Amino acid sequence: MTYAYYPGCSLKGTAIDFHTSAMALAERLGIELKEMEDWVCCGASPIHQRNPALASGVANLLLSLSEGISNDVAVLCAACYHNMKKAEVAMREDGKKRNEVEEISGIPFNPEVRTRHFLDILDKDYGLNALKEKVVKPLSELRVACYYGCLLSRPPEIAFDDPEQPMIMERVLEAAGAETVSWSHRLECCGASHAVPVTDAVLRLVNDILASARDAGAEVIACACPMCQANLDMRQEGIASKLGVTHNLPAVYFTQLLGLACGATGKDVMINKGMVSAAPLLREKNLL
Amino acid sequence: MSKIGVFVCHCGENISRTVDCARVAKASGQIRGVAVAKDYKYMCSDPGQALIKNAIKEHNLDGVVVSACSPHMHEKTFRKAVAEAGLNPFLCEMANIREHCSWVHEKEEPTTRKAIELVRLMVEKVKRNMSLEPIRVNVTKRALVIGGGVAGIQAALDIADGGHEVILVEKDPSVGGHMAQLSETFPTLDCSQCILTPKMVDVGSHPNIKLYTYSEVEKIEGFVGNFKATIRKKARSVDIDKCTGCGECQLKCPSKKIPSEFDRGLKNRTAIYIPFPQAVPARPVIDREHCIYFTKGKCKACQKVCPADAVDFEQVDEFVEEEVGGIVVATGFDLYTTEKQGPYPDYSGYGEYGYGEDPDIIDGLQFERLASASGPTGGAIQRPSDGKEPKSVVFLKCIGSRHPSKGIEFCSKICCMYTAKHTMLYKHKVHHGTAYVFYMDIRAPGKSYDEFVRRAIEEDGAVYLRGRVSRIYRSGDHLIVKGADTLSGAAVEIEADMVVLATAVMPQPGIEGLFQKLGISYDQYKFASEAHPKLRPVECATAGIFLAGACQGPKDIPESVAQASGAASKALILFSRDEMLREPVVAKVNENTCVACWYCVEVCPFKAITKKDITDRKGNLIKRVAEVNPSVCTGCGTCAATCFSNSVDLEGFTDEQIYSEINSLMAVGQDLFPELEPEKEEGGPSDEKAA
Repeated sequence: MTYAYYPGCSLKGTAIDFHTSAMALAERLGIELKEMEDWVCCGASPIHQRNPALASGVANLLLSLSEGISNDVAVLCAACYHNMKKAEVAMREDGKKRNEVEEISGIPFNPEVRTRHFLDILDKDYGLNALKEKVVKPLSELRVACYYGCLLSRPPEIAFDDPEQPMIMERVLEAAGAETVSWSHRLECCGASHAVPVTDAVLRLVNDILASARDAGAEVIACACPMCQANLDMRQEGIASKLGVTHNLPAVYFTQLLGLACGATGKDVMINKGMVSAAPLLREKNLL
Repeated sequence: MSKIGVFVCHCGENISRTVDCARVAKASGQIRGVAVAKDYKYMCSDPGQALIKNAIKEHNLDGVVVSACSPHMHEKTFRKAVAEAGLNPFLCEMANIREHCSWVHEKEEPTTRKAIELVRLMVEKVKRNMSLEPIRVNVTKRALVIGGGVAGIQAALDIADGGHEVILVEKDPSVGGHMAQLSETFPTLDCSQCILTPKMVDVGSHPNIKLYTYSEVEKIEGFVGNFKATIRKKARSVDIDKCTGCGECQLKCPSKKIPSEFDRGLKNRTAIYIPFPQAVPARPVIDREHCIYFTKGKCKACQKVCPADAVDFEQVDEFVEEEVGGIVVATGFDLYTTEKQGPYPDYSGYGEYGYGEDPDIIDGLQFERLASASGPTGGAIQRPSDGKEPKSVVFLKCIGSRHPSKGIEFCSKICCMYTAKHTMLYKHKVHHGTAYVFYMDIRAPGKSYDEFVRRAIEEDGAVYLRGRVSRIYRSGDHLIVKGADTLSGAAVEIEADMVVLATAVMPQPGIEGLFQKLGISYDQYKFASEAHPKLRPVECATAGIFLAGACQGPKDIPESVAQASGAASKALILFSRDEMLREPVVAKVNENTCVACWYCVEVCPFKAITKKDITDRKGNLIKRVAEVNPSVCTGCGTCAATCFSNSVDLEGFTDEQIYSEINSLMAVGQDLFPELEPEKEEGGPSDEKAA
């Protein structure tokens, strides 16, 4: 099982723990994530607002790098997935758009290529039964709130699960023995990059999300987006000082939890990188 | 030598935009056998028709080709005109140079050439046309009305009052339809039951109406004036004649937890049940899927308690045949659901509102039941989850409707009005409560309609917010409704006790099965299609079948009733004649060559061909041949194509006619027609153009 792996910039920087834990997990599962050469930033949020055609051009360039590895490009970051999948679907369905993008990127589009989120790969290609077999330390008695944010499952044309009621992260984590909670704010926006210019708004949004998870009985939040994880994790201090609410609710990547379940060490999945450490909780559950 | 007239229509600019009509006329004039050829802007108009009639007389024509639109559109018009000039109408044919030519091609040389060729092959056909006389068929002066909602009831009563028998078929145990479920009606707030139930009683007791409830149309055969309907009377398990409607059985039935269809799941019913107290007929039916006797083989409590000995577990579905002349389709609507797997498999529901799983998110009809005096709460507004009086209710319009990403583009038309009504009913009962309405537009055209909406806002204080709701989720005792107020540009979050969704008006799930049996067309959403959207709104393209109510598209009560009366009057027009004329385009057997192989008898889909004995004067059998019953034959041509001995021909479409058309087409390649070449010096209108 070999995939062309596109980490994207966040996973080599602020979200290095997402990358590291995914690699540790993939290794234990026998999935080869072969990093594509010479990749560039996907352009994330600014580019498609400035120049949508260029955004698709960058995605086409990135997709073309998979040549010689696999037609399936594995992506972890929700924003990268969103940009690449959207461009890919548009090019496959709209001949005019495809011509435009091929011209701007100077690269022919390969209609066989598919952008795949790692969750989707685990669920569909690898399979939950196979995953269960690899679990050596079940996440039992760990109550997890799976957080999708706004980008991971939407819009419907690029969704790999029900866009408004996704359950894929729950399915995968439950396969590893976790107990997932039903909660209201799974798809609410975390405020994303507004954290810098409009911090107060983000504090309010994150506070709502954390409170909702906490009320539903969650002990930890699982994320699949570097931006979401950063906001949920790093804003708790600001919420405590500005809003007077102390959550102390760790937000980790789903790959970190799965990695631990499959026998990786805390160091392997960089579990100590979070501002709100998940280590005491995980130690208490005998997962560290 | 034939004397044929060719009349080329410009159809305003529809044809002349891409086809040089003057040249078509000129070229047609040179075809052998054509005595006169003219072009005119609107051939179907009065002067256009006069032009044809005058030419027939002046040139003593024996055939006419009108080169214009599809025969579907105007064949009748021109044949009538030709008949008025004394020519047999079946000597007139249309060459379709609009749908088959001008609309589908660009303005270029081959387009005009194609138009000329279409005219030429039709001229070849008309040369071989025979005078035909219409077939006279008796009209069965009885109507079948399918659907016993307000539209079906109105149509049935009107036809019955007109003096003709009506067969009214309703699939549910009682007539009444959705209108019986409503609390009060806009824009007058009069009670729905009070205005409907007397009509239901009339339908049940009218001497001219034969009512089949809990029945469905199984099969339709025949044609206008002579339909034969097979009706399946589903087994009620109750002898409707013996039963007195006392209701004892309902009280004793131990299976009590079945969601009531009439109360839209807000109340439970028993397995043997009368759907609602005002039902017509007020007789129970056993729901065999939930009945303990039918599922487990033991119980019979209802039978034991029945004083009239009316419960009959052995009853089976019964089939009855009814002969009718006209059919009114009034199958009504149902509501789109936000469920993930609802009754409409083509639509995927609203995950953002929790796929309808929260009991306090209800639809418009459920709210009607809550507000109705005969409803599960006796008219008190109580939310379904715990029976508490909701202090704030959020109404969302355009759920499904006008939401192309959910697959539905149309406007459901009635929701703006009933939502305004709901806010009023709510405020009249919960004085301190707040009603919020999220809307896209307020569509209230209609007599006293806009005034009604203004009253809801201005007098009863409904809070109208323009925008859509992105998410509804539960937070403890409340539902959190997150939406946008696009007029102020603000994000809105409302703590609601109950949410009411104005879901799209859809045809009954699976209704296309019935439409296929009837042979009527329907649109992408499975609404039945009318023959013409403006000028024939109550007729189907299939003769003798009429439409009433919401089966054709979303409609409110006044519109449904008006259309039902329209459909009834169409049926009454049909019944005003003892016999009707049918087109004589039917199969005919040449008895001299028929070899009695009976292949035609086997293939005929309408069972119109029978075996006929030919005897001599003494009654000795000489030979047997096939015979076509012209009043049943539809002229489909299957027998003609099947016949091995070439003994069957279709009148008006004989082999000779068709082959002459084909042959004339084949001749084009040989360039036998120099007149087809463009004449460059002539750019202006034709000399022959009518003054």
